[in-house]
Amino acid sequence: MRAVDALMEALKAEGVEVVFGLPGGANLPTYDAFYDAGIRHILVRHEAGGGHAAEGYAKATGKVGVAFGTSGPGATNLITPIADAMMDSVPVVFITGQVRTELIGTDGFQEADMLGMTLPIVKHSFMIQHPLEIPRAIHEAFHIARTGRPGPVLVDIPQDLSRADIPYEPVGDVRLPGYQPTVEGNQKQIRLAAKALANARRPVVYAGGGVVNAEASEELRAFALSDRFPVTCTLMGLGAFPAPHEQWLGMLGMHGTRTANYAMDEADLILAVGARFDDRITGKLSEFAPRAKFIHIDVDPAEISKNVPAHIPIVGDAKNVLARLTTEYRALGADKGRLEEWWTRIDGWRRQHPLRYDDTTGTEIKPQFAIQAVFEATGGDAIVTSDVGQHQMWAAQYYDFPAPRRWINSGGLGTMGFGVPAAMGAAVGVPDRTVVCIAGDGSVQMNAQELATCSQNGIPIKVVIINNGYLGMVRQWQELFWDKRYSHVDMGDFPDFVKLAEAYGATGLRLTDKTTLVEDLRAAIATEGPVVVDVRVSRESNVYPMISPGQAARDMVG
Amino acid sequence: MGEPGTKELISLDDLEAAGNLRSGRKHILSILVENKPGVLTRVAGLFARRAFNIDTLAVGPTDDPAISRITLTLDGAVHPIDQVTKQLHKLINVLKIRDLEPEATLARELALFKLAVDGSSRAELLQICDIFRAKVVDVAKRSVVVELTGTADKVEAFEQLVRPFGLIEMARTGEIAISRGRSET
Ligand SMILES: Cc1ncc(C[n+]2csc(CCOP(=O)(O)OP(=O)(O)O)c2C)c(N)n1
Ligand SMILES: [Mg+2]
Repeated sequence: MRAVDALMEALKAEGVEVVFGLPGGANLPTYDAFYDAGIRHILVRHEAGGGHAAEGYAKATGKVGVAFGTSGPGATNLITPIADAMMDSVPVVFITGQVRTELIGTDGFQEADMLGMTLPIVKHSFMIQHPLEIPRAIHEAFHIARTGRPGPVLVDIPQDLSRADIPYEPVGDVRLPGYQPTVEGNQKQIRLAAKALANARRPVVYAGGGVVNAEASEELRAFALSDRFPVTCTLMGLGAFPAPHEQWLGMLGMHGTRTANYAMDEADLILAVGARFDDRITGKLSEFAPRAKFIHIDVDPAEISKNVPAHIPIVGDAKNVLARLTTEYRALGADKGRLEEWWTRIDGWRRQHPLRYDDTTGTEIKPQFAIQAVFEATGGDAIVTSDVGQHQMWAAQYYDFPAPRRWINSGGLGTMGFGVPAAMGAAVGVPDRTVVCIAGDGSVQMNAQELATCSQNGIPIKVVIINNGYLGMVRQWQELFWDKRYSHVDMGDFPDFVKLAEAYGATGLRLTDKTTLVEDLRAAIATEGPVVVDVRVSRESNVYPMISPGQAARDMVG
Repeated sequence: MGEPGTKELISLDDLEAAGNLRSGRKHILSILVENKPGVLTRVAGLFARRAFNIDTLAVGPTDDPAISRITLTLDGAVHPIDQVTKQLHKLINVLKIRDLEPEATLARELALFKLAVDGSSRAELLQICDIFRAKVVDVAKRSVVVELTGTADKVEAFEQLVRPFGLIEMARTGEIAISRGRSET
C-alpha cells in the first residue's frame, strides 16, 4: 500500500470525518490519496483559513481538527493557526508536506524548516524519517493533541517518503513513556480544598477554557450549585457556566464586569479551574485578589503557580476533580448561611454597575446594541465565533452563552481574521445549529477569501460585520493612552462588503436602521447559504468597563 | 493588543533590573530523554526561550540504548528553575529530570590543556600535574597536552595554576553527574 493510503487509513481509524487543506508539490501524493479515500476534504483558499477552520471545528465539536498544507509557503501559512491553537489549547493535527529527503537542508524549492520554526508553538511535532513511521506518528499525534492539555501537533512528511510502498498494519496502542498526563487529582488535596471552601466567607469560582476542553461544564455547575458559589469565567470559558444565572457574575478581566472583578478583589478564597491567570485577567499582578487564597485545578502542572502561587494545587482533569470535589464538599454539610453577607455585597455591585452603554443619542446603531440584536435574532442559541478587537469584547459582554462550545474566539494569541474560517469549521462540525461570525471590518479582511469556500461547499455561515471603519481597538487605545493621535487606524469605507459578499457568491446586506435591526438580522440569518451583513455602527464607541493595562481591578474605569 | 498602554520610555537600566537578577545557585540538571533526533534542540530551545543561560551541556548514552542523558549546568538562574523543569516535563521525549543537590552529587568533567612549555619549565608543570592527578597525554618540542578529570572547581583551579606556563588552548566537556548512594539519578 502507498504510504499516503496508509495515512488515510490511520486518519479513518482516528474517526476523522473532515479535513481542511490546500495541495501543492510536496503533498501531491497525499492529495492523490484524498481523491478516493472517502474522507471529506474541504479545499480552502488560504492555508491559514484551513488551520483556523480546523480550530473552529475542534472547538465546536470537541474532536480533533485536521489541516493540510504543502511544504514551504503552504506550511508557513499555517504558522499563525498553529500558534493560535497552542495559546488556546485547541486539539488540531497539522499535516504538512516536506521536500524530498535528499533536498532537506539544501534550500530546495519550497523548503522551509517547519519543524524548527514551530518548535516553540507546538505541543509536539513529528518529522517523518521513514515511511513505516507514518501511521504510528498519526496516531501518536492525535493522542497527544486530544489528551491532557490539548494542543497542536505537527506531522511533517517528506514527499518521497509519502510515495513509498509499505505494508500497512493497523496500529494498536499508543505508548509514549515521556507523556502521561495526570488525570486523577490527588484525593488529599481535593479534601483539603473542600474544607477550605466550606470555611470561606467570600469565595469565587474562576473558570477558564480548560473547563470547556475537559467537557466539565456539568460538573462545574453541580459544584457551584452545591452551595451558592458565585461564578465568573474568562473570555475562553464563557458558556462553561450557563448565562444568565443568579450565581453568574459575568466575565472577569480587562473588559469584564465590575461585579466579577470586584468580587475577585475582595474574595478570601478563589477556586481557579482550567484557567491560567493571564495578564488580561490579573491586571497588576501584585494587586491581584490581594486577600485571597487560591485553589488551582489544572491538568497542566506548569500552569500551577506560574503567575500566582497556589495554596492548594490540584493537578488533574477538571471533570474528574470537580466531580470529586462536589462529593467531598457535600459531605461536609457547610453552613449555607455564611455566604449571605457576601451575596449582599455582590448584589450591591450588580445593582450599581450593570453593563451599560449610552443608547440615547440619535439614530446611530451602537455596537453593543448590534450585539444585543444578534442575540435576539438568534434566540441566544447560535454558535458565535468572533474576530479580534472591540467587537469581540462587546460580543463577550452582550451575548449570553447558555452552554459550552457556543463561543469560539481567539483569546490567547488574539488573531485577527480568526472569525470567518472558524465559523466555517464550526458549521461543518455542527451543521444543525446556526453559526454566526461577529466580525470586525478590519479583521474580516484577513480571511474573507474563505467566503468562497463557504459558497462552493454550501456552508451557511452568517457573518455580521460590526463596521466602525476603524481598527477600533487600536483606535481606542490611541484615544485613551496616546492623546488621540489616531495613527493608521482609519480604514475608510473600503471595501464595499455587500459587493465583496456577492463576488464570493454569498448574500450581502447593509444595515443602518436601528429600529428594524433585529428583524433585518432575523431575516438575514434565515437566508439560505452564506450571508454577510454589514452593520454600520457608531464609529468611536469604546469598550467599557476597562482595567487599564498595569492597573488593579478596583481601579476599573468607564 | 500588545503592551504597553503607556508612552513612557523604559530605561535600559530598568530593563536590566527587571530581567537579570541572578539567584546565584548553581544547578545541575540530569535529564533522561528518548534517544531521538531533535530532542536536544527541544530541550535547549526551552532554556533559550526563557532566557536561561546554559553553562555546560553534556549528552551521552545511558545503559539503555534507547535513552540518553543530558547533563546541564546553569550558574545562577535568572528565574526560578522550577518553571523550566515543569516545561521540560511537558516535552514528550523527556522521561525524567533531576535537579541534583550539589552536596549529594558526584560531578566530573574532562578537560584537555595544551600548554607551551620548554625544557626548563617542564619539571615544574609535571609537579603540578602530579598534585592534580592530571596526565600528560602528548609531548611535542615546545608544548604538551595534559588531561584532567574532576569537578569544575578542580579544573578551574588547575587552569589558574598552569596558565602562566602559556595556555595555548583548552577544551572542557562540561560536567556529567550522578547522585550518591543507591537511588537512581
Ligand atoms: C493579525 C493581527 N494584527 C494586528 C492585531 C492588532 N489588533 C488588535 S485589535 C485590532 C483592530 C481590529 O479592527 P477590527 O477588526 O475592525 O475590530 P474593531 O476593534 O474595530 O471592532 C488590531 C489591529 C491583531 N490582533 N492581529
Ligand atoms: Mg473595526
